[in-house]
Amino acid sequence: MAIFGKPQYSTVTVKKKDIPKDVWTKCPKTNEIIYNRVLKENLMVVPNSDYHFPLDARSRISSLLDEGSFKEQDTNIRSLDPLNFTATANYKDKVKQNQKKTNETDTVISGEGTIQNMPVNIAVMDFRFMGASLGSAAGEKITRAIENGCKNKNPVIIISASGGARMQEGILSLMQLAKTSAALAKLSELKVPFISILTNPTMAGVMASYASLGDVILAEPEALIGFAGPRVIKETTQQDLPKGFQTSEFLLEHGLVDKIVHRHKMRDTVGRLLTAFGSGKAS
Amino acid sequence: MDHTTYTLEFEKPLRELEKQLIALQQVSEETKVDVSQEIKAIESKLELLKSNIYSDLSPWQRVQLCRHPKRPYSLDYIERISTDFEELHGDRRFKDDPAIVGGTALLDGEPVMIIGQQKGRNTKDNLKRNFGCPNPEGYRKAMRLMKMAEKFNMPIITLVDTPGAYPGIGAEERHVAEAIAVNIRDMSTLKVPIITIVIGEGGSGGALGIAVADSVMILENSYYSVISPEGCAAILWKDRAAAPQAAKALKFSPTNLKEFGVVDDIISEPAGGAHRDYDLAAKHLKNEIKSNLTRLKKLSTKSLLDKRYKKFRNMGIFEELTETN
Repeated sequence: MAIFGKPQYSTVTVKKKDIPKDVWTKCPKTNEIIYNRVLKENLMVVPNSDYHFPLDARSRISSLLDEGSFKEQDTNIRSLDPLNFTATANYKDKVKQNQKKTNETDTVISGEGTIQNMPVNIAVMDFRFMGASLGSAAGEKITRAIENGCKNKNPVIIISASGGARMQEGILSLMQLAKTSAALAKLSELKVPFISILTNPTMAGVMASYASLGDVILAEPEALIGFAGPRVIKETTQQDLPKGFQTSEFLLEHGLVDKIVHRHKMRDTVGRLLTAFGSGKAS
Repeated sequence: MDHTTYTLEFEKPLRELEKQLIALQQVSEETKVDVSQEIKAIESKLELLKSNIYSDLSPWQRVQLCRHPKRPYSLDYIERISTDFEELHGDRRFKDDPAIVGGTALLDGEPVMIIGQQKGRNTKDNLKRNFGCPNPEGYRKAMRLMKMAEKFNMPIITLVDTPGAYPGIGAEERHVAEAIAVNIRDMSTLKVPIITIVIGEGGSGGALGIAVADSVMILENSYYSVISPEGCAAILWKDRAAAPQAAKALKFSPTNLKEFGVVDDIISEPAGGAHRDYDLAAKHLKNEIKSNLTRLKKLSTKSLLDKRYKKFRNMGIFEELTETN
């Protein structure tokens, strides 16, 4: 470089960051540029490619339940910091930042409502909040949603998205797997349906508990679903991962998922299942 | 059991003293010179050092100790605490997983079902046992045996010792997460007493998959964690070498676990760790199992199941604000 001196640039390049952030989004599948407004109206599904972007919990609830039927419950439950956990950042601050970012108190929003006039208890995980990691507060809200289902004989619907247990709460977060699964055993004994809906991504501890325990397990297209992360598997086994490994389609083929359902058809599908299970006849 | 062939970093001062002691004894034998005073002095120094080192282990040192290659594994305990162990194999679905062993046995004459995660003692053995990392078949075999125990009214004893369920392609294809989830759910309703002891590594969901019990205990130098210290370090510190810090931050020592209500009791190990005296370690284990079994067998099935449900139902620490919105 020294012989030529300092390089001179005269061309003006449009950098990625110059595109206004909140106006356009690029589809990761086709690179198609799409209006955010259009994307939002379409429940964050790219119209041409059917790529499913993550959807916040409240939009999921309103897309699934009858309009105006949702009554939120257990809004007073908050995460604590039982381990006084600090890594490169401390846990308390992390929770606060995420509360500010998402305007939610934690990862799970739960309550009751109706789908095609059939009452349900529902819990939805919001991936934007710390990767929807499962801590004590989230586990408690999910357990209460299941227990309310038991009490009212309401079918329970859980829409999962999660990186796994919240390690900042240590062993207590692992125990949420046992707590939620035991509540599901009670629901099952009462012969009340549980529909588990898996979205991108649903991994680790959440998959190793309620997400895998649905009477019916539905998945959105092309979601990453599994126990161990793909990188960990690759490093451990030193093997190339099969094409489409740990996607919804892979799990349908391997027999875990009952059905892959487009986000726009989820409400109708769940409605048909609940009707089949006799929920429509409930007095 | 020869425990001197493998030395952990923090045990080195002990090894040095032990070496001195052996050398001195040899000299004394060869030369017939009386060095009993010196020997006594070193012995008492050794005892002091031992109690200093082992009474104040850091969480990371404890992890190293519970991964000690000479540490007793499930089968070592099973042969010491029970008689007539009949190992039963296979999940009746796909294959047998040697990373989990299980079968019927007699505990002082009383029939029990014992299930444990099993590590290998050497490379060949470890290839067979997959370093104690179960595949889905292991969890399904465990549940098959637990249901058998319920059918024939036998208490269940599970021994936890795994770094975690195996992160492999086949494990995912056969849904290891589902296998664990089903075990966790179904263990909560089994109509016989269940006792779990973490005897070494309690690695996350892979451990919990056989650990939903009426009584959960842990050996003094074991850990039970949501994630391995290395895994936690890799994610939150972006560096696996931060494992000692992660081990501390995760608060997974037996004392912490008991404070959190996740384990009911801590079982003490022989001085210097279970690997120094298998028989004594097994004796401690058996005593705890027997006293818990006596207590649990007095409960009616309903009360047993109610208590088990409540125990796990109450786990977790969160805040519940008084005013609702």
